[in-house]
Parts: sequence; structure tokens; C-alpha cells
Amino acid sequence: MNTHREEVRGRTVVCSCLFYLEISALAPRKPTETGYRNMQKSLSIDPAKCTGCQQCELACSYDNEGVFNPSKSRIKVFNFHDQGRFVPYTCTQCDEAWCLHACPVDAISLDTATGAKIVSDQMCVGCKVCTIACPFGTINYNQSTGKVIKCDLCEGDPECAKACPTDAITFVDANWTGLEKMRAWAAKTDSSVSAEA
Amino acid sequence: MAWARKILRVNLTNGTCADEPLNMEWAQKYLGQRGLATKYLTEEIDPKIDPLSPDNKMIMATGPLTGTCASTAGRYSVITKGALTGAIACSNSGGFFGNEMKNAGYDMIIFEGKSPKPVYLLLQDDSAELVDAVDYWGQSCWTTEEGIKEKHGDPLLRVASIGVSGEKGVKFACIVNDMDRAAGRSGVGTVMGSKNLKAVAVRGTLGVSVDDASAFMGAVAAGKDVLAENAVTGQGLPAFGTQVLMNVINESGALPTRNHRDAQFEGANNISAEAMAEPRESDGKPNLVTNAACFGCTIGCGRVSTVERTHYTVKDRPEYQIASGGLEYEAAWALGAATGVDDLNALTFANFICNEQGLDPISFGATVGAAMELFEDGVITTKETDGLELKFGSAEALTTLVELCGKGEGFGAEIGLGSKLLCEKYGHPELSMSVKGQEFPAYDARGIQGMGLAYATSNRGACHLRGYTVASEILGIPEKTDPLVSEGKAGLVKAFQDATAVVDSAGICVFTTFAWSMDDISPQIDAACEGDWSVENCMAAGERIWNLERKFNLDAGFTGKDDNLPQRLMKDAAKTGPAEGKTSGLDTMLPEYYAARGWTAEGIPSNETLDRVAL
Repeated sequence: MNTHREEVRGRTVVCSCLFYLEISALAPRKPTETGYRNMQKSLSIDPAKCTGCQQCELACSYDNEGVFNPSKSRIKVFNFHDQGRFVPYTCTQCDEAWCLHACPVDAISLDTATGAKIVSDQMCVGCKVCTIACPFGTINYNQSTGKVIKCDLCEGDPECAKACPTDAITFVDANWTGLEKMRAWAAKTDSSVSAEA
Repeated sequence: MAWARKILRVNLTNGTCADEPLNMEWAQKYLGQRGLATKYLTEEIDPKIDPLSPDNKMIMATGPLTGTCASTAGRYSVITKGALTGAIACSNSGGFFGNEMKNAGYDMIIFEGKSPKPVYLLLQDDSAELVDAVDYWGQSCWTTEEGIKEKHGDPLLRVASIGVSGEKGVKFACIVNDMDRAAGRSGVGTVMGSKNLKAVAVRGTLGVSVDDASAFMGAVAAGKDVLAENAVTGQGLPAFGTQVLMNVINESGALPTRNHRDAQFEGANNISAEAMAEPRESDGKPNLVTNAACFGCTIGCGRVSTVERTHYTVKDRPEYQIASGGLEYEAAWALGAATGVDDLNALTFANFICNEQGLDPISFGATVGAAMELFEDGVITTKETDGLELKFGSAEALTTLVELCGKGEGFGAEIGLGSKLLCEKYGHPELSMSVKGQEFPAYDARGIQGMGLAYATSNRGACHLRGYTVASEILGIPEKTDPLVSEGKAGLVKAFQDATAVVDSAGICVFTTFAWSMDDISPQIDAACEGDWSVENCMAAGERIWNLERKFNLDAGFTGKDDNLPQRLMKDAAKTGPAEGKTSGLDTMLPEYYAARGWTAEGIPSNETLDRVAL
């Protein structure tokens, strides 16, 4: 006899592709329709500053799992060894989140305070359809719990950003994730030279 | 907690892997990693055995902090009887392997016996098996690491392996993990090769916990702040790496040059951190690509470098036109100043090959320096070197020999004997710049007096990482002492040696001690571990570990007479620089040191001392 969980799994695998197509076709909603609060913040990642130390993974896994365990981290640092590049990567909290729309049991919801897409462990059936739907691979199955895990922005105070020793990961105004890069380029713009000429 | 409380015992002769509980009584006395594994080794092997016999054991060990979020807490060590020295060997490595091993649920892996055929250990959490390594035998560390990941379809495996040098019995072969981090010294890779063990591949997903999480997070955060605010760990090391020292030590007159004939190198600036940051003519890019951190490290002293693509070493070899582990100070010194070579590209290439084939660049470079002196003195000729002009300053000789030595071929096999056996073979043992068979690192004992004593008394042979008095004598940490004065150095060396034993045994990096004192370290250990790890108890453990290592060496046949330096450092004064006219004051420092340690005039721990340190 199939358990409820197995039945759901069977249904969702069939439906997954349909869900994916449907979400892909969705037009972006206007900001006023999101119901988000103002002044949200986003994780901003600058790979050029990353040294690959994985303190972010330690902080993430400790906050979420209560132990230091990078294999259960929601953020992952990739080491492109032969290029000398380190890139931290995690969920960027899509406005139209593929994972949220794909979930057949509505286990993923929007935290309107932070903008994070949150997985409910009570509702998640571990079908992994969200892992197929996510174009970025940032929601993953955790076989020790049978649920999926993803970044939830730590209720608006992300541990990874606090743990990063080089400011490669920062938590900044969602409307101005490019502010520091703009500032850096602005600093290189010297109009006085041409003005004097 | 903090300890995984479990050991994996791998019997290579029988092909078996078995779990056993960690001896927690010993853990309370020897902490972990270096100390605890030494305790196991001394209990399980006869110190007199041939290090390359199946009777030797090789222990890969993590510390209680390994895998936690304490800064730099990703270290592991390899403890065995050293192939290069015949003394206790403990080689420490960073990268990510140590953390992975701890996450697989093990404090240590003890390898014993000898496999009838080449194998590697595949450890995935609680599943351990020995796998046929025939496909990788004869391959480099780089090929092996990539091959094993590909074979198992698991890019997240962490691999520690030996290169061809370790298979061929090069005496200073190391164990390389994560492509360019190494348990480098004393020939621990040679021991691994003698056991027909090619690699250890680990994947761990179980997590690491600590005893008092709240206290631990507080102590760790405070420690990280100290590192960030310190000029060396917060600025110097991230920006310049350990290479920040090249010009500093040269100006101090303590940069051993051309096999210690000189104490200053005219080409130092060409191979320095500053040179690594200088844009090159051919491509406008500097040698240094970026800095890199080992697991959990908030300092990030590691270097990632490229060799200039137009350079003779790589121009027809695209496989080396990559970014990989760059020069650290010790490697740059050994490959450069010790051989008189100041070609930064050649040094970077030689460093790549050391990582690829698992060679300790310190012993390799220093042995090439000794061979160059033998050549210039006419003791060896192109007949022995297969036509190679082995002159000081020859980049071509250096880069040719590193490839030959990495494969244990031609005159490279002779280099692979290490400087002691090489110089003895050619009748000039006095030209080996070594203690207990292990080559000196990058500080001249005439210009930094404390280091002479630290070398002479280091339990694993000449080594800067057993008591880094350079911190005090040159950098003024924790307080400045005069590097040219030998008075007062005995106590300083002892204090550094004991503290370092604690740092190594905890699973963190010794570079933290540029900023951290035991007041910063002990609260982190104490919060993570059961038991009382006060500053006093930590230092007591450090002294206990030091005496335990000493006891192993004495039982292996070493005596106080081996606490010595080559005559060159005792008789031939430095010719230039601040140390001009100076020789090592070891003769006066050593008796003071023995007294400070509570050892007899022959260098044997007295019964009172053994009681005091609870041995």
C-alpha cells in the first residue's frame, strides 16, 4: 500500500515539467503586487573578495543544523582552482520563485518581511520538484531529513554575511545591490582632469 | 564533543578497516592531532624500527577544533617515524582534507602494515574500504586527485595523495591534499609510499559539535577580531603572504644563501612578495593571482600564482599555464636563495612541480643547494649529473632537477636522498645544512640566534614550525628580543615550543600565534572540549607533548649529541649584514635550554621532570 508521501511523490514527478513550463511563462508582477515590506535587504556577493575559507558554510550550517557541517550549508563556495577564483553561491530569492511555484504541496512560502522563500519542514514531502524547477541549483535535498533546504536569509540577519572575513558576502539594501560597485567605478571617474584641460 | 571520539584503524597488510573508540583518557592529556597521535604512535611502535618497514605506522590526525568555526580550524597532521630523519615526524597541512575527515566522524586514521599492492582508502562517513590504486600508481598527486574524484563521480571528495616521488622512495616526499597543500616535512609521503598507499579520499557529512556552544561562539568571535585587527594576520599575511618576510629577513642578515655560504642574497628582492605583485612585461599581469584561505581561515595567507606563459618552463606546456599554489616564503627561499636562483618564474614552476609530485620544497631546494656546492667544489661533476651544469644561480639546473626528483629519476634520485645522505655519499657530510637529517628552513642561525637553538632541539629535525622565535627576534611578537644575542633565548625557545605543541594539537594553524597568545587560544579549546583547558593546563599539555616526542627520539637512538648544528654555522661567521662576524651561540644556549626543560646535561628528561609533566 502506498503511503501518502509516496502518492504525492508519484503525482509530482509527472507534474513537474508542466509546472516548470507554466512558471517560465509567467510575466513579472509589478512591485506593488508583491506585498513585500519596503527597505528589504539582499545578499550581495563579490567573488573577487572571496578567499574560499568557507566560514560562510560553517556559520550557515551551524545556524540551521546546530553543528558545523559544510555539507548541509545553504551557501556553497566554489573553487575554480586552475583560474584562482572562489565564488560563493546561494539562493538569490527570486521574486517569481521557480521553487515556490513548483512545489505541489505549497511547502515553500514568501516571508514578506525579508523577501526570503521559506521551506516548511512540516509540509515538505521531499519530492524534489523544486530542485528541478530552480534554474540555479540553490535548493537541494537533504537526505538525512528527507526535506529540501535552501537559504532563508536567517530571518533577516544572514549568518554567512556576518561570518565572512573579507566582505565578499554582504547584506545590503535590495534596491542598491550594485551600490558598492558603482561607488568603486565612480571613484575612478575623474572629471577634474578634463575640466582643467 | 569536539572530538569525534572515533578512530579508523586500517590494516594494509590484511586489507581491513575497523572502527575503535578514541582513548578519551589520553585525549585529556594530549589534546589531539600532534600530541594525541604521538601518544598512540609511541604506544604502538618500537621507536627503533626502520621507518620504511611495515612495522612503522602512519597516523592522519585531526584536532578537537578541526572542523569547527574557530579561525584556521581545518588542520590535520601526519604522525609517523620520519623517513628523512628516523625521528618522530609530525607534518601539518591545511587545505580542506582535515575538515572532511573530521566530518566523516573520525579523529584519526591509523595505517599499519603494508598493502601487497597499491591501494587507496575511500572513506565516506562510516563506510571505509581499500580500493585498487593500480590506475594511479605512477601518477602525480594532481592526476590522482582529479582521477579519484572523476572515478567516483564525486567532485566533493577531498583527496590526500603521494606523487611518484613517494612511490620511488625520495626521502622528503610529502603528502599533498587539495592540489597544493601538503603535509610537507620529514618524509611522511615516503612512509606512505612504503606502505603501497597511494591516496586517501574522504567525504564527510556528519558535522562537528562542541561542548559549550555559547561560550565557544563567543571565544571564537573574540579570536577572529584579534586576528583581523593585528597588523601581521590582518594585513601583512593576507596582502603579501608569508613572502612578506623575504626582504625583511634578508635585511636582517639572516637569509641563508647558496647552502649557507652567505647570509644575504643579492637576488632576494626579485623573488619577494613585492616582485610577485609587480605586473610582468609579457602580459601585464603580476605573478600573484589572488590570495587563498585554507578551511575556516580568516587570515588567508595562501598564494595563487601563474608562471609567465613566455617562460621557458611552460611555453610549450599548456598544462602548466594555469593558476596554482604560489610561492610561500620557505619555498621561495629554498628554491631561490639556497640555490642562488632569482628567477621568479623558475621558482614558481619548481613550486608547481613540488605540489604536483609531492616534494617538500624546503628539503628539495636545500639539497639542490648542497649539490651545487659539491659541484662547484669539483666533488661531483657532469659525469654524476648526466651533463647538468649544477652551478649556483642556474634556474635551468633547478627546474630540470625538480622534475627528475619528482619522478625519482637520474640525478634527481640522488637529490632525493636528502642533503645528509647525499653529502655523506660524496664524502662531505659537513656540507649538509641539516639537523637530525632534516634540512634547515629559511632563517640563518647566525643572524637569528634563537632559531639556531630551535633547530638544534626540534624533535623532528631542523624546523621553523616547532618554535618560531623569529616572531620575537625579528617581528617583536610578543615582545622584541635582539636576534644577534643568544642570552635569554633558551627560555624563549622553550615557551614557543610548548605553545606551538598546543596549537598543533588543537587543530588550528600556528600562524594565528602572530596575533593570538594562549589567553586567546585556551578559551576556544576550553569551550569546545570537555575537561579543564585553562591556559595553565594547555601549557602543561604542550610541555608534556614536547617531552613525549623527545622520549620517542631518545628511544629511537638519538642523544644530546644530535642537538647540534653544522660546523659552518658554529665556525664560519656571517660575511655581510647585521650579523657580520657572528656565529651561532648554540654552545652556551643548549645547556641553558636543558636546564630550563628540566633535562640532564646529556639532554635526557629527569625523573622529576617526567613526573612533573605527568609522563
